[in-house]
Amino acid sequence: MAGKKESTFINMVLVLFIITLVASAALGGLYELTKEPIAKAKLNKKLKAIEEVVPAFDNNPSEEMYEVAMPSGDKLEFYPATMGGKLVGTAVKTFTTNGFSGYVWVMVGFKPDGTVNNYSVLEHKETPGLGTKMADWFKPVDPTKVKLSLVEKLGKLVGIKPAATKGGAEGDKKSIVGKNPGTINFTVSKDGGDIDAITAATISSRAFLDAVQTAYNEYMKKNNNKEISHVGTHSSATSKQATNSNKEGGKS
Amino acid sequence: MNNMQNFTKGFFKENAVFVLLLGMCPTLGVTSSAINGLGMGLATTFVLIMSNLVISLVSTMIPDKVKIPSFIVIIASFVTIVDLVMAGYVPALHEQLGVFIPLIVVNCVVLGRAEAFASKNKLVPSIIDGAGMGLGFSMALTMLGAVREFFGTGKVFDFPIFKENYGMLVFVLAPGAFLALGYLIAIINRLRKA
Amino acid sequence: MEYIIIIISAIFVNNVVLAQFLGICPFLGVSKKVSTAVGMTGAVTFVMILATIVTYLIQKYVLDAFGIGFMQTITFILVIASLVQLVEIILKKVSPALYQALGVFLPLITTNCAILGVAIMTIQKDYNLLEAVVFSGASAIGFGLALVLFAGLREHLDLVDLPKGIKGTPAALIVAGLLAMAFMGFSGIV
Repeated sequence: MAGKKESTFINMVLVLFIITLVASAALGGLYELTKEPIAKAKLNKKLKAIEEVVPAFDNNPSEEMYEVAMPSGDKLEFYPATMGGKLVGTAVKTFTTNGFSGYVWVMVGFKPDGTVNNYSVLEHKETPGLGTKMADWFKPVDPTKVKLSLVEKLGKLVGIKPAATKGGAEGDKKSIVGKNPGTINFTVSKDGGDIDAITAATISSRAFLDAVQTAYNEYMKKNNNKEISHVGTHSSATSKQATNSNKEGGKS
Repeated sequence: MNNMQNFTKGFFKENAVFVLLLGMCPTLGVTSSAINGLGMGLATTFVLIMSNLVISLVSTMIPDKVKIPSFIVIIASFVTIVDLVMAGYVPALHEQLGVFIPLIVVNCVVLGRAEAFASKNKLVPSIIDGAGMGLGFSMALTMLGAVREFFGTGKVFDFPIFKENYGMLVFVLAPGAFLALGYLIAIINRLRKA
Repeated sequence: MEYIIIIISAIFVNNVVLAQFLGICPFLGVSKKVSTAVGMTGAVTFVMILATIVTYLIQKYVLDAFGIGFMQTITFILVIASLVQLVEIILKKVSPALYQALGVFLPLITTNCAILGVAIMTIQKDYNLLEAVVFSGASAIGFGLALVLFAGLREHLDLVDLPKGIKGTPAALIVAGLLAMAFMGFSGIV
């Protein structure tokens, strides 16, 4: 190999120039290659969230998407899902700024009557470990699917029974799935509502429910539903109604 | 120094995190779980190997005065490659690691190896050095991540060891990173002296 | 009001060092004495604000304009590296006194990930230019606050009789952990 190059001005400029040129050419090429997968990955995330929160559909919700601007300047996105031309549900990308830090973005799916079908947390900056519990907390618990921890398994071997997972009525107070924000009070029980907050994360829970409520309000406005009138009222009458209308709930 | 020693020094004698105390930002920033630590470690390992490889090949052609800027450009290119590829194929992990992926470029381990080893050695030892250092770094990050995940949530690599309710949340949060690393280094110091 | 939120958030709630883990190397490296910590803070503040402005303009008028956002990492690190050199040269000529005070810290700054980190975060947060300046300034103050507090603690730490294994870096890290815990008390105020 040739000896060490002298540090003359021309040498330095030339070397730096060549290195930068090669680097940017390589990166430009790679960028073209990865452009599609990156765009796809982004889209997939949204599509997956939509699929998760609404019943089975056969249209392309992204194509029928419409937006509603909120006073803060942010937009709610609505993705109607239809099966054979009939509306089966609407996924709403909603948000709140009431969280612990910054925005919380949630995709929530409503059945045509406004009942929550399912939800998926898209993005949040809440306390890690607590805020992340949002992803599952408000969903119904299936006791058969709860994974036992190693300690519990070992305990079982020596005859100690693992603590029962709260299912049924008590577990269901956490869940928002199958409930209708129009008839049930979508605030945490601490504020007199009907939903149990995440342990030690009341603020994040309030924020989450607020996002769902916002989505519901706008969804109902869009669908010209009369039920909107009593949204957000804290009367006990609404909670009673809620128990009746809540088919999947264990309380009725 | 033979190749074997050259490879293993990154794990124990000159471990970037526990002994040299380099690359602390990603070490503390992304190790809230074992899998994040491993992902970050492997991304850094790739950059280390590739930049060591290229630099050992071209270093004789680079005048001394522009050595560091040239190295930085080479390293930054590989960091961008990692960034783009991860965004395309492992978007979830990419999102978790966030700003720390572009920050691999200022990870002192990478530039340090380029300057101290690759620019003075031939191709094969440079690659081995990069691999050893990188995997040692990955090991440290995974260990720290596993410790924090275990105490914080009762899981390791998402496998439940004890019930999450009994976890000490502080270990997943910012202070836990400092505490866990502090005690880990203390233990390793004690073991090395024994 | 928005600016106040940005400032409080960057200094206390999302402190660059204690909550975001940026700039840990100087945080551990130059925190043995309060006086050096203050000098480092000065240098970092200066470069951070300058670098954020320059990288912001480059992102908006070069990278975005030509659609070559993927060159961000390379461009930013080069800009920061050359900026540090430039500041060093200019400072030497214009204000030898200031150069005396900050000079030794300048070369260390290129690999301070807080600078690059803040520059990238400014773009990610989609700030306008004024917000970017406020954000970078506040981040630098947050960095300084953490650094000076930590240096004060460490000066006392040297006098404590600790078990052998834990003396030095481990003790410093544990103290940093406690400091981070104290800063967590600020979370939720914005």
